[in-house]
Amino acid sequence: MADDLLRFRDDAPHEEPAVTLDAFLGQSNATAVRLESDEDARKLIPQLGQLALIEIAFPKFRDGRGYSAARILREAGYKGELRAAGDVLVDQIPFMRRCGFDSFAPEASIDPAALERALGRYEHVYQKAADGRSPVWALRHG
Amino acid sequence: MYKYDQFDQSIVDTRVEEFRDQVQRRLAGEISEDQFKPLRLMNGLYLQLHAYMLRVAIPYGTLNSRQMRMLAHIARKYDRDYGHFTTRQNIQYNWIKLEDAPDILADLASVEMHAIQTSGNCIRNTTSDQFAGAAADEVTDPRPWAELLRQWSTFHPEFSYLPRKFKVAVTAAEEDRAAIRLHDIGLQLYHNDAGELGFRVYVGGGMGRTPMVAPVIREFLPTRDFMSYMEACLRVYNRYGRRDNIYKARIKILVHELGAEEYARQVEEEWAHVKTLGIDPPDGEFERIAAYFAPPPFETGLSDDVPTDDPDFALWLDQNVKAHKQPGYAIVNISLKPVGGIPGDASSAQIDLMADLAERYSFDELRVTHAQNIVLPHVRKADLHEIWQKLDEAGLASANLDLISDIIACPGLDYCSLANARSIPIAQKIAQRFAGLDRQRDLGELKLKISGCINACGHHHAGHIGILGVDRKGTENYQLLLGGSGAEDASLGRITGPGFDEDGIVDAVERTVEKYRELRTDGERFLDTYRRVGFDPFKEAIYG
Repeated sequence: MADDLLRFRDDAPHEEPAVTLDAFLGQSNATAVRLESDEDARKLIPQLGQLALIEIAFPKFRDGRGYSAARILREAGYKGELRAAGDVLVDQIPFMRRCGFDSFAPEASIDPAALERALGRYEHVYQKAADGRSPVWALRHG
Repeated sequence: MYKYDQFDQSIVDTRVEEFRDQVQRRLAGEISEDQFKPLRLMNGLYLQLHAYMLRVAIPYGTLNSRQMRMLAHIARKYDRDYGHFTTRQNIQYNWIKLEDAPDILADLASVEMHAIQTSGNCIRNTTSDQFAGAAADEVTDPRPWAELLRQWSTFHPEFSYLPRKFKVAVTAAEEDRAAIRLHDIGLQLYHNDAGELGFRVYVGGGMGRTPMVAPVIREFLPTRDFMSYMEACLRVYNRYGRRDNIYKARIKILVHELGAEEYARQVEEEWAHVKTLGIDPPDGEFERIAAYFAPPPFETGLSDDVPTDDPDFALWLDQNVKAHKQPGYAIVNISLKPVGGIPGDASSAQIDLMADLAERYSFDELRVTHAQNIVLPHVRKADLHEIWQKLDEAGLASANLDLISDIIACPGLDYCSLANARSIPIAQKIAQRFAGLDRQRDLGELKLKISGCINACGHHHAGHIGILGVDRKGTENYQLLLGGSGAEDASLGRITGPGFDEDGIVDAVERTVEKYRELRTDGERFLDTYRRVGFDPFKEAIYG
């Protein structure tokens, strides 16, 4: 899987293994955590500063809870690596990028050319999200 | 009417290219049907019993003649020369080839239309009052708000993989012509005591196998907070809506299980955070959109007199033409429910004719209604007779609006892969049984709605008389429901008892309405009588 890690960050990949949310909340020194799709991202907020990697599980691509979790973490000021792991497909990655994910560990490998096309496709977006892109209403009203 | 600017056009054009790429990858076998399914569904492409079905969005049911003609063109070129207008103010084509779908989307984009999010577990096309901008009883035109919703919800990155589909309806009148309390979110615009415009927010309504009338979760939402509040409503649902059971995944179940108060509390808490994120567009954006919905240049000083020498015209005028807020104008309802026809179907030639009439007589505007009819919203009364003649020549002058033969019906087992029973033949048989217009008019307003399975696309829960087709040991069986309403007095119908076969259900409907005739007092609609006398007299009449 590590070979297929797709990163959109300039820093070096984080080496420490991610611990579970329960383990993280029970010990104070971990720097990487994995959230399952039914776990509450807000529980991490008090200790965001110590985290370098948060991995969010996508057990099925249809399970969209991770999109909210990612935005919540970015909205709370998290600047570290935010990784989507599991059933992550090329057609979902543009939405994931908009929600603040900057690294991807897909179960099945992704064709780099298809990913590049998908990410470069939409010049404009309608909403303000976690990726800093200006929504069209902002462009319209300068 | 709203017009795309360069941004809107760029997004819709890009969607066409994206889908072309996805279809090519599917046809080349690079992605599986399981992976392709959510992608095609977000473009309104379903795999049905016989072919692909394409559902095209008609945002809040409003379109111009150029768009309407394109719908006819698509029916002619890619389908079997007809289209089906749906209860969600959309149009469906039943015989589409997968390899044609990208070209159809390109044709649609050329007239500022699309099929984005007409299916899938995302925010669907927003619906509204078909008389918006024309109704005498509205406080404002709700469509600019619906257009804001359209833009906000289009490719929303957080809410494209919700637990289940999500439907929003907006109205701005006391009379609810959009069934807002039977939507995931229903929004009613009104002025509060301080004279400010805002929304009454209903969340958690819906039909399907667990029908619910939505409770109010916020009595007054100022319009400036619209988008951030919607975002909070959706985020709570996306995080906590059930994903373990598809039949319990709609927001109505979440609201029901939490209780409306607790859901509202969670939304308020989320909103307190979300509204600090700067996601509400500036007032200028609303004003930009609203300018497109300015009233058309109505003539003043027109007469309200309409000569009614022709008795057939007089009947149509009385039944299908509604009051307009502008003196000298009227709202024309074109019934797509001829006796023996398929509710909501129109041929390419009929679609073209309606487009011509809109261009010539109705400031180039048409509406699709959730009752599967078409509206010419702004017609001079002086032109009514001419319009009626042209409709009549095209088989579009059925004078049965809101009468027993103005039936809502889903496509049923004739087309739909989910259906348990046929709907269309039942609608046809009932319309034939009550074909005489005198008899229908004597029965008065009577909303009859038929679904071919418990998913309730034919709104049977909300019918004054509802019919639900089920499968009973391999044969089609039809249950009868009484007392539903999708209007401002929303209520859910009650099942009368054991079901009937195809002919038996028509007899049961007849016994029901004959009982009503016996029991009614002057001016009472069927629904009023039912509510006054209750269920039992009808049950006895039906089962004897």
